[in-house]
Amino acid sequence: MRRQLIAAAAAAILVLGGTATARAAGGGGEIKAHDWSFSGVFGTFDRGALQRGYQVYKEVCSSCHSMNLLYYRNLTEIGFDADSVKDIAAEYEVADGPDGEGEMFMRPAKPSDRFVAPFANEQAARASNNGALPPDLSLIVEARFDGPDYIYSVLTGYEDEAPEGVELGEGMNYNHAFPGNQIAMAPPLFEDAVEYADGTAATVEQMAEDVTTFLTWAAEPMLETRKRMGVKVILFLIVFSALLYAVKRKVWSDLH
Amino acid sequence: MSAPEFKNGLVKWIDYRLPIFTFMHHEMHEYPTPRNLNYWWNYGSLAGIVLVVMIATGIFLAMQYTPHVDHAFNSVERIMRDVNYGWLLRYIHMNGASMFFIVVYIHIFRGLYYGSYKAPREILWLLGIVILLLMMATAFMGYVLPWGQMSFWGATVITNLFSAIPLVGESIVTWLWGGFSVDNPTLNRFFSLHYLLPFAIVGVVVLHLWALHTHGSNNPLGIDRKGPQDSIPFHPYYTVKDLFGLGLFLIFFAVFVFFVPNFFGEPDNYIPANPLSTPAHIVPEWYFLPYYAILRAITFDIWFVPAKLIGVILMFASILMLALVPWLDRSPVRSARFRPLYKQFFWVLLADCIILGWVGGNPPEGMFVIIGQLATAYYFAHFLIILPLLSKLERPRPLPDSIGEPVLKGGGAGASSAAKAQAMEKA
Repeated sequence: MRRQLIAAAAAAILVLGGTATARAAGGGGEIKAHDWSFSGVFGTFDRGALQRGYQVYKEVCSSCHSMNLLYYRNLTEIGFDADSVKDIAAEYEVADGPDGEGEMFMRPAKPSDRFVAPFANEQAARASNNGALPPDLSLIVEARFDGPDYIYSVLTGYEDEAPEGVELGEGMNYNHAFPGNQIAMAPPLFEDAVEYADGTAATVEQMAEDVTTFLTWAAEPMLETRKRMGVKVILFLIVFSALLYAVKRKVWSDLH
Repeated sequence: MSAPEFKNGLVKWIDYRLPIFTFMHHEMHEYPTPRNLNYWWNYGSLAGIVLVVMIATGIFLAMQYTPHVDHAFNSVERIMRDVNYGWLLRYIHMNGASMFFIVVYIHIFRGLYYGSYKAPREILWLLGIVILLLMMATAFMGYVLPWGQMSFWGATVITNLFSAIPLVGESIVTWLWGGFSVDNPTLNRFFSLHYLLPFAIVGVVVLHLWALHTHGSNNPLGIDRKGPQDSIPFHPYYTVKDLFGLGLFLIFFAVFVFFVPNFFGEPDNYIPANPLSTPAHIVPEWYFLPYYAILRAITFDIWFVPAKLIGVILMFASILMLALVPWLDRSPVRSARFRPLYKQFFWVLLADCIILGWVGGNPPEGMFVIIGQLATAYYFAHFLIILPLLSKLERPRPLPDSIGEPVLKGGGAGASSAAKAQAMEKA
């Protein structure tokens, strides 16, 4: 049986290896590996980073990037209490209606509303951004290879000057992490772009780390539940399989 | 094989009118199974269990999913975010597809190694090929449902294959799409068929089991059972062995579901489908990569036949090869244990399939074109040239007299087989 287990493991590695080469074909710029609070089997989101990250999104990213899959109510999951979520939502206006007269009207957003997008539609977004479309950020971490490292690397990967011999397009910026190295987004973060309430120094690296943590949570809010359940499920299965193995030995003992 | 005596009155009453308990007793309890099956024989029951898991999770996902181009992507995200344990259902279902193929591919290669396709199990084998084809169709259509970038472009590439058919190709593609591009009608029919086909698979699985139970399992020695000393009842011996295997398999499954749920997926599928923007590399799911490599291997027209058509024909022919195996391999010996040459070529074929998968996952440029062509040529040569030749040239090692007799190194003759068989009967 041991030989078969080894062979099965080898076959599994080959399958996984095949998938890994399929992903390596993605291509791109230089991605820096970073230590994340949420990586690993027992990883959880750093609550402080999540809230600071939301602040960075709100004060910096959200002027161009939507997050259409999130509701204001979701913010209670990262540690904001119900009242502050109401206050945050009320800072935005949403179209509602029709009212009794058949007219649409604007009202302050409620926790049950989706994050209000900066632009009414794709055309408006392109018109304000030199023809480029700022992507929705709800799933951006899932939608890129090595999502968190990629986002962090792009946010911290800007160069003031393009290296010699690189011709930048009109309105483009040089970024050594972005595929092709030319990115339409101007450097979004600079020292003290936000003022953190908890006194954390707002360096570019700190803000990039915080907002990446927030975006990872936004892409998969169930990450912590998933890992916590996974540890229990696998521990159970290990004990259960061991018992089954003992039963199997017992049942088969009259044959050997 | 007499009818069992049931103690419970209700069971007796039912069984007299519908002998379902007799049937279950006969097919599970008494069902004689070779006593020497190894763990490679676990994968059949594992495949059945994964099928049930896929149908169960799929039915619940379908209750929350919306098959419309404007809503499909967001309805999947709603399942992930707002449906109770929706994330768990979806991760089990999407990783379950990969698990299904892992288990089934091992099951197929086990059959190839031990000659399980040989008489009298040819129809059993062919039914297995039908299941594989149905699985591939189901998996492909399921991958389209989340309506991400890879869903849309995968559907576009694969349905376009039919345009290679001369004269009627374009019309067939329009008919498949229900329009002039992959659009809402395509998504609707894929959803409908994705829900239907698994039940067709269940039907063929019933036939597969019926054929299996007619002559019973093959075994690692590949020789027939000669008497009661060679077999043991399926229950409890193999039920408990299958359950232990299931436990180990579920651990493997759970690692992906809970810790790397998107391992087998493509990040591009978390971008909503956009018909105006083609991804840099359109890659199918890993379990289609070997076929994809064969499809793209032919880069040149042959006479008046366009390269694309040859690729499509070869891709379908690659599965047809499996269906023809019982008639291409004429060796009377089933198990590779006693076929020194076939055993080597078996491993080369497995390596060849893995190479094809690796090529399929890479862009068709440079060395990958050549490697893909060589690996494709070898794949067909294995079935069309090597197998028939081996049947003639190979000298199999002597077979043991019975399953009960322990196999000695070098295929030693069984002088003590009679004594051994007696000992087995006592046990």
